[in-house]
Amino acid sequence: MNSAPPIIHLKDIHFSYPGGKAVLNHLDFKFYRGDRTGLIAPNGSGKTTLFHLIMGLVKPSSGKIELFGKPVSTARDFEDVRRRIGLLFQDPDDQLFSPTVMEDVAFGPLNLGKSKSEAQTIAHRTLAYLGLEGFEDRITYKLSGGEKRLVSLATVLAMEPEVLLLDEPLNGLDVDTRAKIEEIIFNLDLSYIIISHDIDFLLSTTAQIYTIKNGKILFDDKLQIHAHRHAHPHGQYPHEHE
Amino acid sequence: MLQEPFAVGNSILHRIDPRMRIAAATVYSVIVALSRHFPTLATAVGASLALIMLAKLRPRDVVIRLIIVNSFTLLLWLVLPLTFQGSVAISIGPLSVYHSGLIMSAQITLKSNAILMALMALIATMTLSTLGSALNRLHLPDKIVHLLLMTYRYIFVIEQEFQRLMRAAQIRGFRPGTNLHTYKTYAYIVGMLFVRSALRADRVYKAMLCRGFKRKFYCLHQFRTGKEEWLFGTAMGVAVMVLIYLEWLKAGV
Ligand SMILES: Nc1ncnc2c1ncn2[C@@H]1O[C@H](COP(=O)(O)OP(=O)(O)OP(=O)(O)O)[C@@H](O)[C@H]1O
Ligand SMILES: [Mg+2]
Repeated sequence: MNSAPPIIHLKDIHFSYPGGKAVLNHLDFKFYRGDRTGLIAPNGSGKTTLFHLIMGLVKPSSGKIELFGKPVSTARDFEDVRRRIGLLFQDPDDQLFSPTVMEDVAFGPLNLGKSKSEAQTIAHRTLAYLGLEGFEDRITYKLSGGEKRLVSLATVLAMEPEVLLLDEPLNGLDVDTRAKIEEIIFNLDLSYIIISHDIDFLLSTTAQIYTIKNGKILFDDKLQIHAHRHAHPHGQYPHEHE
Repeated sequence: MLQEPFAVGNSILHRIDPRMRIAAATVYSVIVALSRHFPTLATAVGASLALIMLAKLRPRDVVIRLIIVNSFTLLLWLVLPLTFQGSVAISIGPLSVYHSGLIMSAQITLKSNAILMALMALIATMTLSTLGSALNRLHLPDKIVHLLLMTYRYIFVIEQEFQRLMRAAQIRGFRPGTNLHTYKTYAYIVGMLFVRSALRADRVYKAMLCRGFKRKFYCLHQFRTGKEEWLFGTAMGVAVMVLIYLEWLKAGV
């Protein structure tokens, strides 16, 4: 077990959208530095909501959130932690709002108080890291779906976060782009939580896989067995391990 | 997702300091809006056309935008000439078309086209964040700048959502007509449009917050006032002077 406090600690969280039924209910969750966690759960089970709670974009109706060992509740508290946690939105169109790729990637660093030239250097470096050299002056709304996803990832990585929250990063991508993003994520030297419906992807990029049931986060044994089968796609017979 | 087709370009106007462009566009628009004589308004339309050419905007995009605005002025042409009292220009059966209404409609049409074209050439040629920080540097309060930028953003977002909804209706064989079904469909589309735009705006804003947005826009544009700026400023100054001369001195109101 890790003796350092969890960097994300949700205690008895309850959340419902106005007028809706409870989405998250008595939810407890701990996430430690170095953890690589997968989250697989049905549509509408509250995965995106969970990420938004961690970022302080929606407020729990009850319960406590601790980030990096400190309780956070006010908008101000969250402002400080947002720079340390990067959220990749489910829909890249929500994330890219500047006309050019360069401006979008530099937006975060500029908000963090970097100078124009520093921000541009960071943006160039991040784009190059993701294999997006030469994309600087491309128009964001004219990018393909896969390119948008990569640029979104660049806008998040440019903030140099300590933790990444990736909301369905492979959604709607072709095989090649999937492989590329999978490799990039795998090689990241960061702690992260990935939401995905693709068990094989989670198996190769994360160390533990959770699910959400009835508004609670569970470590699902069945899921791990299920996962294990898929881990040997070439094995002739799927098998359960004791 | 934001469409700013005019913002990318490399014309002389694109390179002029945004603050200078904003100041020029403001003064120019106010003068055109206040003018009422046709020689002035015609000159203004000409000047605006010249600006569009200078900005090297794609004629197709410009025309599309003009058509949108002029569909509204068309409405005025249908209403004003019939309702304004005064000397009758033409009588068609029981309908009287009034002179002053016609003149008013013509004035509004010329004015709106001149102003719109000038704004396309001068303002739409800068990106959102550039516009924001330029306004900031012109010492407009942050809150107003913020409001302007967000309004500007929503227009594009709403337009896009509208097109998506219309497509969704069209691919299922929706043909507008004058019947209840059409009105109901349009009502749904408009209602849906508001809901979707609000949700989208909310998500975009959240994404901005996640990246440390503190209600302040930075931009990578370097502001400088050099020879080109003064040249442009002088040219615009002369244009405005000509308009003022035509409107208030020559006509002698
Ligand atoms: N803005 C909102 N207002 C009201 N209800 C919402 C809102 N956003 C989500 N919900 C509801 O909350 C529940 C959880 O939504 P959430 O987006 O967190 O699910 P998800 O697990 O991310 O689903 P998916 O796999 O489809 O992305 C859903 O039932 C959804 O209908
Ligand atoms: Mg989701």
